[in-house]
Amino acid sequence: MRIITQKEISEKVRKAVIDANYFLPYDVVSAIKDAAKKEQKRLVKKCLYKIVENAKKAKKGIFPLCQDTGLTVVFVEIGDKIKIDGDIYQAINDGVRQGYSDGFLRKSTADPLTRQNLNTNTPAIIHLEIKKGSLLKMSILIKGAGSENKSAVKMLTPADGKEGIIDFVVETVKKAGASACPPYIVGVGIGGNLEVASISAKKALLRKITDVNKNYELFLLEKILLKKINDLKIGAFGFGGETTALAVKVEMQPCHIASLPVAVNIQCHSARHKTVNI
Amino acid sequence: MKEIITPLTDDIIEDLKVGDEVLISGTIYTMRDIAHKKIAEILNRKKRLPFDIKNQVIYYCGPTPAKKGEKIGACGPTTSSRMDKYTPLLLEYGVKGLIGKGERSREVKETLKKNNAIYFSALGGLGAEYAGYVVSSEIVAFPELGPEAIYKLTVEDFYAVVINDAEGNDFYEINKYH
Repeated sequence: MRIITQKEISEKVRKAVIDANYFLPYDVVSAIKDAAKKEQKRLVKKCLYKIVENAKKAKKGIFPLCQDTGLTVVFVEIGDKIKIDGDIYQAINDGVRQGYSDGFLRKSTADPLTRQNLNTNTPAIIHLEIKKGSLLKMSILIKGAGSENKSAVKMLTPADGKEGIIDFVVETVKKAGASACPPYIVGVGIGGNLEVASISAKKALLRKITDVNKNYELFLLEKILLKKINDLKIGAFGFGGETTALAVKVEMQPCHIASLPVAVNIQCHSARHKTVNI
Repeated sequence: MKEIITPLTDDIIEDLKVGDEVLISGTIYTMRDIAHKKIAEILNRKKRLPFDIKNQVIYYCGPTPAKKGEKIGACGPTTSSRMDKYTPLLLEYGVKGLIGKGERSREVKETLKKNNAIYFSALGGLGAEYAGYVVSSEIVAFPELGPEAIYKLTVEDFYAVVINDAEGNDFYEINKYH
């Protein structure tokens, strides 16, 4: 048995939430640059390069990439040969609370009804999974509300089929329009049930932009969806042009013979995430 | 690129057309969800506002905390449509400019036209960039709301694009077809 302390986990999380809010992943920066290069519209090209400039400014560590420093979503994989000395939920929440304070990040969790800000950015949204081995892996996603508010889940029927899935995904992006900070990364979860589809769609956002789907059918579906989404011509910031989405990532799970759940998780261009291992 | 200075006059507004890039200098006020609700309550009760909104520009923004020695934290725009419910009332009381991101409701667009007012988009997700446009900041109302308090910002060459002009045109709509 490998023992990992609560304190070790907190410290890793504390650092990771700060890093994620100040450093835009390289694959995202690179995809934005590619979109800027191929863009024909002068205004859109200029504004895409401003995203790259913003990332450079944030990297200096004074101002975060975006003022919406999100809710903190943590996907945890715990190896079965690990023993946590303490409470893993508390460990993660302590790290988030400390990180948001030390990193001068905005605290955005609130009571849903009174709208009172809880001033801690906790509780984090934690998904736990047990894996074989002795590694503790935490993938942290900083998820702003602008894009989360435009996400959707729908229980389709078997008769709706692949066409129904495509229509729903494209329609959801169309509804997001200019409001959720395009160019988007679109996470799609197919199958499972209501909550599994949603979690899969979110998890899809952790994949690298350049990552190729191992399932050939889903690889093709991602291509079709990306083409159709870019044909919407919403473009960066809603200013039109070639790139409404940088990528579409699809994950799939088996589902009930009577249902076809589909979830669409919209991710803004400030796609902030970081994975840490202990 | 057009350089404009706040507060906005009718002349400035009439000169602005959809798709224009502008650099805004002067005072703007941050206001988002809860502050809108509170301001609307004050206006509906005909009470006195914490600041004069006539001819002013409202910026939908909730900044991150300022680091030591800085004027403000990251301060890009938030989604405008959440304020649609309150915007017509503010425009009736004399607000002339709105800055946020994303589409507005039909009612907001009609009220902009009726009141000769204008809606700009700042660039969403560019919090560090926008922090650089802020010369000074002070809280003028609801400090208890933290990031949702109303900040009076003095800005210099704040970059924005005209989305809905006073003639009723919509830049987002135009872009989809051209």
